[in-house]
Amino acid sequence: MINALCLLLILISSLFFSGIVIRTKSVFSGRKGPGIFLPIKDIWRLLRKGSVYSETSSFVFQIAPSIYLASVLMAILFIPFGNIPGLISFNGDFVFFAYVLALGKFFSIIGALDTGSSFEGMGASREALYSMLVEPAFFILMGSFALFTGHTSFAEIFATLHFGSYISYAIGVLATFVLVIIAMVENSRMPVDDPKTHLELTMVHEVMILDNSGFDLGLILHTTNLKFAMYGAIIANFFLTPNYEWYYSVPIFIGAQFLFAVVVGTIESFEARFRMNHNPQFIFMLTSISLLIFMGVLLMLGKII
Amino acid sequence: MTYCILIIITTLITVLLIPFLDSKQKGNVAVLGVLINSIISSVIAIQVLLGQTFEYSFYGGFIFGSIILKVDALSAWFILLMNFTSITAILYGVQYLKVYQNQRARLSMHYGSFLLNHFAMIGIYFLHNLLAFLCVWELMAISAFLLVIFEHHKMETIKAGMNYLIQSHVSVVFIMLGIIWVSFNTGSFVFSAISQYSLSVSNPISFLLFLCFFAGFAIKAGFVPFHTWLPHAHPAAPAHISGLMSGVIIKLGIYGILRMLLLINANFLIIGIFILIISVISGVYGVMLAILQHNLKRLLAYHSIENIGIIGIGIGIGCIGKGIGNDFLQFAGFAGALLHTLNHSLFKSLLFYAAGTVYQAVHTVQIEQLGGLIKKMPHTAILFLIGSLAICGLPPFNGFVSEFLIYSGLFGAINNNQLSFTILIISSIFGLVLIGGLALFCFTKAFGIVFLGTARNHHPHNYEEPGTATLFPKYMIVVFILVIGLLPQLFIRVINGPVSMFQDESGLNQSLPKLINTMQMVSLASTAILIFAFGVYFIKKQFTRKAVINFSPTWGCGYDVVSPKLQYTAGSYARSFEKLVKPIINIHKHEGRINTIVPHPVGFASHVSDKIETNLISTPIMHLRGFVGKFTFLQNGSVQFYVLYGVVFILIAITIPFLINSAFFIFELFKQL
Repeated sequence: MINALCLLLILISSLFFSGIVIRTKSVFSGRKGPGIFLPIKDIWRLLRKGSVYSETSSFVFQIAPSIYLASVLMAILFIPFGNIPGLISFNGDFVFFAYVLALGKFFSIIGALDTGSSFEGMGASREALYSMLVEPAFFILMGSFALFTGHTSFAEIFATLHFGSYISYAIGVLATFVLVIIAMVENSRMPVDDPKTHLELTMVHEVMILDNSGFDLGLILHTTNLKFAMYGAIIANFFLTPNYEWYYSVPIFIGAQFLFAVVVGTIESFEARFRMNHNPQFIFMLTSISLLIFMGVLLMLGKII
Repeated sequence: MTYCILIIITTLITVLLIPFLDSKQKGNVAVLGVLINSIISSVIAIQVLLGQTFEYSFYGGFIFGSIILKVDALSAWFILLMNFTSITAILYGVQYLKVYQNQRARLSMHYGSFLLNHFAMIGIYFLHNLLAFLCVWELMAISAFLLVIFEHHKMETIKAGMNYLIQSHVSVVFIMLGIIWVSFNTGSFVFSAISQYSLSVSNPISFLLFLCFFAGFAIKAGFVPFHTWLPHAHPAAPAHISGLMSGVIIKLGIYGILRMLLLINANFLIIGIFILIISVISGVYGVMLAILQHNLKRLLAYHSIENIGIIGIGIGIGCIGKGIGNDFLQFAGFAGALLHTLNHSLFKSLLFYAAGTVYQAVHTVQIEQLGGLIKKMPHTAILFLIGSLAICGLPPFNGFVSEFLIYSGLFGAINNNQLSFTILIISSIFGLVLIGGLALFCFTKAFGIVFLGTARNHHPHNYEEPGTATLFPKYMIVVFILVIGLLPQLFIRVINGPVSMFQDESGLNQSLPKLINTMQMVSLASTAILIFAFGVYFIKKQFTRKAVINFSPTWGCGYDVVSPKLQYTAGSYARSFEKLVKPIINIHKHEGRINTIVPHPVGFASHVSDKIETNLISTPIMHLRGFVGKFTFLQNGSVQFYVLYGVVFILIAITIPFLINSAFFIFELFKQL
């Protein structure tokens, strides 16, 4: 039962995640800002509303948000909590993790194409391109950890991952950086996409969900929160040293989530969105940083030099 | 032995019977023939997989020597997957060809070739005699050519068919070269002569022999740079033949390569690295070009190259595992490759059949002209969607299982003693991930543009969902796709047989339980996805029971004269990707510009050409034709000249020995002087 702890914590932290992000942004811009539960209240309101479907759309449009949410929920089951494995854990589970997220992405993309709108097609194309570009970074990162620890599942990797030397701290920092940026790209946040933009031509994710309304929109919005909390949990795992008792690790987890949300808010406050054609370069840079981590691991294992 | 005679008799009777029947009966007899042959050969294959042996040999005259008929686990696996796709192909084909019912001669030719093709493929998997193998291989190549050129009144089809025929014979040349090489040195045509010969020579020579066979089989399989026939032949053939070719015929090349790996005794490490590099290139190159195709069937054809790449990555890491003695890597590699061979034959044939249904409904497979088919053809759309999800390797479908096996091999082997391997493996992971991401990009485009939205072009006549007879073979495939996706552990057990041929018992005993455990978890997780998806959807339905549901036009950003032309097109969907790959791939654009005061209609067209094809095939052939063209004056059409050439040739033939003799005579004379 203890395995469900991480799931529970992620579900809880997803409730206040975007609230903290919004609050951080408002503090930086000198406003008081809304309460941190406002976004989740909005979602709750959306869930109870009626829906308007496009006449062009088919059943794909109606099932897509549900599958999108299901895929993220499924992915969360793999996340371990320190040395406690997730609900499902096997060798190579991070491959399943990445592919199940891709399944959700596939459906959100075809859901957008189903409306036959030029804007939503545009968003879909960008989303597909960016998620394709970001994937290698994640796999090389996990490959480096597999090389470093000699294990191939999330739980075993994080249970044996501990930082000892200076290089390893550098690797930890770089890995956190890569994961933060992956989370930003996957959730279509600031340097790549601006969720608050007002022009459809410059949107990525927001433009894909232009026609979603009511329950479906609520699902999609909450899926974004869940995804953030999921990446936050992966990052938190770097700092959950195996031998800690739960009364240490739970606050560390919550603290890491909180810090991650503040970082997201800070990035959003001070960073401007890139021009669309610079995005691929930026995302590909992540892969090179992952390769740097890979080289660092090789260095630590004494394979080079 | 009686089984084999039965197969030969069935084929002969059905092929001879078909021309005398009316159009409807032709199809039924062909189905019957394929079914009987499939059942007989499958029974043998299943018996072999269950542990029996099947081996007969008889004397085939002084040319062939002793002919061995043998089915081992490897051929059994291939026979089973070949039979399944052949059955679905003929079942779907009979429905597909209903439109051509009044063209009896063409139908006879087609069904006859189909039976011969099926027979030849069974022969390829049965025969263990090199020369006999070459004969059935040739029969397969020619019958496949006849199948491809079904619509022979079209110039393109004939061109594609000729291209295929010539390239298959280049492949035969390479295989023949290998066979001559071996039999010249050993004086025998049995398969074991290859291993005998390769044991007697040094490693580099064995590797060269392997390369010779590899080139031959790689042309059939479609590895880059031998792939150039594939994107032409697949779209030209009728849909069920495209499915058969992509699902089964190109797998003959994979079978050939695996068979040679069993026979040739060379340095597996080098072979593994070689195959791995060529496969990663095939995979990435294939899918890159696939995204930019605007012809649905050609897009699928390029995806075959990609999937052959994935199979090759499996074979490559299997060989590397064998080379460095890593049992798990070896098992995961070969098992992944073999399972992906099956998986690809399933989802690719499904996709081709669905594309065929689209073609018959709206008479085009140009993606840019399609759209909104899901409304009138929901079944075909769902089938295509399942095929797309499977080919992208997404859980809970079958494509994921084989890719997962390959991934677990790669990640399992990342921690080894040699730096160069670690780097090779991380680059393969990079390649495989890139292939996965690009496939997702490609199939969201293919499915989204073809089936979703609204029609981009006005289709002149009404179309509707085809009947159950057409849908049935496709749903047969879907059942298999789901069973493999949800219960992979069963298939790992079956695949144990063929994989065990590549590795010794002890390695197998270690890796198998480990993988079966993992596969049980994969199965659990795959089922969980379905439960989650249905669960969320059910909750949504319950929650929104009382909610008001409205329908209105798609939001047009304030613009309300919405037209289908405003939709995103396949070209624009791929545009962002196109910009990224511009340096690698040739993209030709033809755009008209408005330069007068009164605008006139202008057009825009873009197409992609295969750089490798241009540099490797088209340009050399152009130069060759330029050179040979200088001699066209010889072919002037008057009979007198041709008679003269004959006479001149005979004269030269007679005088050469005479001249040489006299030269010798004079030489001797001088010497004596």
